Amino acid sequence: MTATATARKARAEAPARRGRTNRSGRAGYLFVAPFMIVFAAMFLVPLIYAAYFSFFREQLVGGTVFVGFENYTRAFGDAELWTGIGRVGLFFLLQVPVMLVVALFLALALDTGMVRLSRFARLSIFVPYAVPGVIAALMWGYLYGPDFGPFAQLAEKIGASAPDFLGADLMLGSLANIVFWEFTGYNMVILFAALRAVPGELYEAAAVDGAGPWRTAWSIKIPALRGALMVCLIFSIIGSFQLFNEPNLLQGLAPTVIDRAYTPNLYAYNLAFVGQEYNYAAAVSFILGMVILVGSYVFMFLTNRRSRS
Amino acid sequence: MNPRLSRRAAAKGFAAAVAAPLALGACARDKTDHPTSVTQAQIDEAMRTPTEITFWTWVPGIEKEIALFEEAYPAIKVNLVNAGQGASHYSKLRTALRAVNGAPDVAQMEFQMIQSFAITEDLLDLRPYAMEGLEEKFVDFAWSQATGTGGEIWAIPQDTGPMGMLYRNDIFEAHGIEVPATWDDFAAAAEVLHGADPEVYLTNLAPSQGAFFAAMLWQAGADPFAGSDGADLRVDLESEAAVKVASYWGDLAERGLVSTDADFNDQWYQALNRGKYATWVAPAWAPTFLTTAAASTSGKWRVAPLPQWEADAPPVSSNWGGSTSVVLSTTEKEIPAAVFAQFINTDRECIETMAFEQSLYPPTRELLEDPEFTGDQLEFYGGQEVNALFAEISDTVSPDFQWAPFQDQVYADFTATVGTAFTERTDAVAALGAWRDRIVEYAEYQGFEVTGS
Repeated sequence: MTATATARKARAEAPARRGRTNRSGRAGYLFVAPFMIVFAAMFLVPLIYAAYFSFFREQLVGGTVFVGFENYTRAFGDAELWTGIGRVGLFFLLQVPVMLVVALFLALALDTGMVRLSRFARLSIFVPYAVPGVIAALMWGYLYGPDFGPFAQLAEKIGASAPDFLGADLMLGSLANIVFWEFTGYNMVILFAALRAVPGELYEAAAVDGAGPWRTAWSIKIPALRGALMVCLIFSIIGSFQLFNEPNLLQGLAPTVIDRAYTPNLYAYNLAFVGQEYNYAAAVSFILGMVILVGSYVFMFLTNRRSRS
Repeated sequence: MNPRLSRRAAAKGFAAAVAAPLALGACARDKTDHPTSVTQAQIDEAMRTPTEITFWTWVPGIEKEIALFEEAYPAIKVNLVNAGQGASHYSKLRTALRAVNGAPDVAQMEFQMIQSFAITEDLLDLRPYAMEGLEEKFVDFAWSQATGTGGEIWAIPQDTGPMGMLYRNDIFEAHGIEVPATWDDFAAAAEVLHGADPEVYLTNLAPSQGAFFAAMLWQAGADPFAGSDGADLRVDLESEAAVKVASYWGDLAERGLVSTDADFNDQWYQALNRGKYATWVAPAWAPTFLTTAAASTSGKWRVAPLPQWEADAPPVSSNWGGSTSVVLSTTEKEIPAAVFAQFINTDRECIETMAFEQSLYPPTRELLEDPEFTGDQLEFYGGQEVNALFAEISDTVSPDFQWAPFQDQVYADFTATVGTAFTERTDAVAALGAWRDRIVEYAEYQGFEVTGS
């Protein structure tokens, strides 16, 4: 509400402001300068440097040579990298829809105002996001444990054997579960905040037209959440393809299942800090960045087109 | 025009231009620009000049040794930084070295990493600064691990890990198992024990513990990187000894007689506490480690020498872990740094503190022959004189074992090949070949000239 009000006010003032464009423009630059300086120093410069870096090859023996696109051609033929990209792609398809549907459901449920202790419920769903990744991995590592984990012990009590959560077959699902636990609340908060911004008049109009709560949710709330859902999805695309923390931490428990290239980010990290192949790691990172960029763009393009038709 | 040279120059120029505004006050210095000889007068003067040096280590409680040093040399102040242990320590060190800014003057370094940092010219050769009789202070194998093929002194040994075997006396007695003296006995005991109690394994073979496997190779006389020098790398994993070790452990894993859990995580600590493993084939630093990691099992453990391949031959052991102090070549305070590295690892009070308070197993002959050290009886091991046993083992460690100049990559490749074969119960000898192939591929990519077996 306040946002639209300010916008209206700004529009009304626009003609009067034209004369002062120069001065206020300068002031504007001044205001964004702190951000831009940090942004340039901590983001743009390292990015350019990494791009530049990716065109060289530094060997342990023999120094540094300019190699043009050699690191990129190597990356395009690198089965380890593409297996990893395929794996996080699969992770995205498996994990994100479930997480967003549940987050959406929770946000809608809380928004009806019919949930008791709504504030408490909101907080407790959000709490896992605030748990540090290391603690989360320790906790899940214990829960998944094949010998002394609660599932394993429970299974033993009833004479069955628990599934091997940390084995090669289930690992991706186990990781998806951790990420689900961590980020459902986070997405829910984004969606819930967006719901709060829906103008009350719409609900009144819907009620006048005889819509019940389900109908209101379907025809008013969900369409109103389009923008917020897109934000969640783009975050999830980036998050899935950049998966690093969770596999990195579970690696200590299952070092032969989560290999050095289990996810592309893990691969780049290991290339740089275990193998000292900094240049190739830079190229791999750029290719991953391109994949994410293209993926996000294609996704936005598709959803935009569908909504127009 | 030589395009290669000019591009390299351009690269350096650009890197400097990018780094300069960020690294305010950083002083990029040529790593090779150090004096080749230093007089005692120069050393005395440098040690009287007020200087601050930075020391990166993860050893808890080392403030005591630093205080002893600062007492002896009041002009020198040592800034202690804990930059993490193991891998995180090394990756931060590498990053700082590459940035030519923020690297310490002295750092903790495990034996197996010395070659990896020497090949990138990041270590200072300590020969010009070495005190008289330095070499004689240390046991042979520790000294040979700390020095280069050209006689360079890359590091000052601090602690070692001669290999022995920790075992659960109660489990052995309950199943009537004799302490295995040979690896054949060990395999037989593994079968008996697991057959008698399927929940218990004679030992755990951690699939990502390249250091343990290296110790096994070392004991068997396999020396995969022996003869490597600078850009020439020799990789020999096809030797009879290497195949023997791989097939022995591969066979135990394949038959399910040993467990293959990843180690040094909660699951593994739990397993040690609950008696899932009846032995831990482990080095001299393990006894103390176990007293806290498996505190609930106090009194049940004993220590025995490492099982042998030959029953009648003189015993042979190897080493796992242990570390040194190195001086980084980026330092501008060579003399105080070098004196510090030697002082904390040779001064009588320092080495005593390390042995008794930090429980680091000493590499110094002085302490290994000292009854006060060897006579220590540990309650956790039923009053056994554990230090004395390991002092004996220390004498049997072969000095012939060379590390790869990229040991962390070698370990990572181990996990991906031989380690994976252990967990998946596939052919470990074939995996040994795969391990070699990965090492060779990597080495060639990094510009090494590889010669095979």
